[in-house]
Amino acid sequence: MNAAPIVWTPWAVLAAFALAAASSFAYLGVDFAELFGAESLRQIGAFARGFFPPDTTPEFLRRTGRGAVETLAISALGTLLAALAGALLALPAAGRWSRWLRPFARMALNILRSIPELVWAVFMVLAAGLGPFAGCLALAVHTAGVLGRLFAETLENAPPEPARALRESGSGATVAFFYGTLPVVIPQFVSYALYRWEYNIRMAAVLGFVGAGGLGQLLYVSLSVFKTREAATVILAMIAIVIAVDLLSAWLRRFLGRSGS
Amino acid sequence: MSSAGAATRDPAFAARLGLLGVAAALLWPAIELAEFNPARLADPANLGTMAKFLGTFFPMVLTAEFLGLVASAAIETLALATAGTALAMLLALPLAACVSESLSVSRVGPARNAWLAPMARAPLRGLLIFMRSIPEIVWALLFVRAIGLGPAAGVLAIAINYAGMLGKVYFEIFEAGDTRPARAVLESGGGRASAFLYGILPVSLHELVSYSVYRWECAIRASVVMGFVGAGGLGQQMELSMRMLAGGEVSTMLVAFLLLVLIADAISAALRRVLK
Repeated sequence: MNAAPIVWTPWAVLAAFALAAASSFAYLGVDFAELFGAESLRQIGAFARGFFPPDTTPEFLRRTGRGAVETLAISALGTLLAALAGALLALPAAGRWSRWLRPFARMALNILRSIPELVWAVFMVLAAGLGPFAGCLALAVHTAGVLGRLFAETLENAPPEPARALRESGSGATVAFFYGTLPVVIPQFVSYALYRWEYNIRMAAVLGFVGAGGLGQLLYVSLSVFKTREAATVILAMIAIVIAVDLLSAWLRRFLGRSGS
Repeated sequence: MSSAGAATRDPAFAARLGLLGVAAALLWPAIELAEFNPARLADPANLGTMAKFLGTFFPMVLTAEFLGLVASAAIETLALATAGTALAMLLALPLAACVSESLSVSRVGPARNAWLAPMARAPLRGLLIFMRSIPEIVWALLFVRAIGLGPAAGVLAIAINYAGMLGKVYFEIFEAGDTRPARAVLESGGGRASAFLYGILPVSLHELVSYSVYRWECAIRASVVMGFVGAGGLGQQMELSMRMLAGGEVSTMLVAFLLLVLIADAISAALRRVLK
């Protein structure tokens, strides 16, 4: 048996990447020898020790619990609003209303999507004041761009026959859409929205860094006043949420996968 | 719509209405908790700030001095993401190789202390989960507090969070590929290292590199906002400008940010096409 020929492309990419990384380190001028020197490590160690033991007073646990529930609420509402707005924008973006609207709707979706949630959150804190409402709006606008694009793709790929059959038997365009097209695309819409919700839960946990509510705000405030033991509790809550969402979505996917589709 | 007659009535109307009712009942506490109140958008004070801020978006600030600042911040973002991803890959590879079961000597046959192997793997897996469960921007905030403001905190944040993610995916790639070559090396008496180098790596290298390139692209998006907590790059400048409500600077930086992400997208797509 002959040995398989060595393929060079991945090695070439790796070499190029190594070169880029080396020049990046040089550009940043970060002195990692000093960073991981004895003095700096002692400093990091002292900082890390400050997180133990996590603050478990009932009062703070209650605040953390409220922050966690707030995070879930922000993500759920934000994603729901995004799904509604995304569906509305997806109609013109899929060319449903008029050919002329299509490029404009696409551009709007692209702009919404390419500005990161955290930047939106700063805008929304200005527009709606500090608090979870701003986080909810920030998630909603960014996710509307993401979902709108996915929804538009789904609409474009939907089979036209059911709606056409309704039109040809005399129903109006709206009825044909609601009873001919919507039932075909709605499972896909829901699955996209759920996937995005999962992502947004993580995002909602950090939007508070700019004052948009949830666990992030609690963490930011705790660290700002050097209450590292409180911060440890909040970080544990974040980890718990992320792991719970991971497990739940894996379980749901397996469950849905087994029941067909 | 009872007047419309039975023939045109939606047969599933009652069920749909019921479903909507349940959804609304579930959402009500969420609306309360999120302090959902659209009236706040129409608050004159908020409207005034926003109008003033948006009004300054144009003209964009395009002085040579500011453009130079933005360019160096953009390069810093790029360098931060690249350096962080490189460190993450260096961390992830040995971790993934350690938790991989197809490299396990104790699974091939009787080995000394075989019962130790799964116990050694469990904490390493826990470590990977811990590293990736804390979002990168939280890591960045923590490192800023621990070692001070600047891109070093950003590099370490990306390195740790992405090592957790890459480690998991590398591990999955190792297990999904053909594991028989590695087993053959182990069974003929080779060590873990040679089993990895001659058995696993040749089979999975393409996918490893391709996924790492994709992660590099994600790291660039992440690095842009990392500056919001003081960890260097474009975000730090953007945060400053937003705080001062300097809309012209913000719009210039948003364009710079879009260009950066587009370029990263294009490079990553091209590389992954080559790797296919």
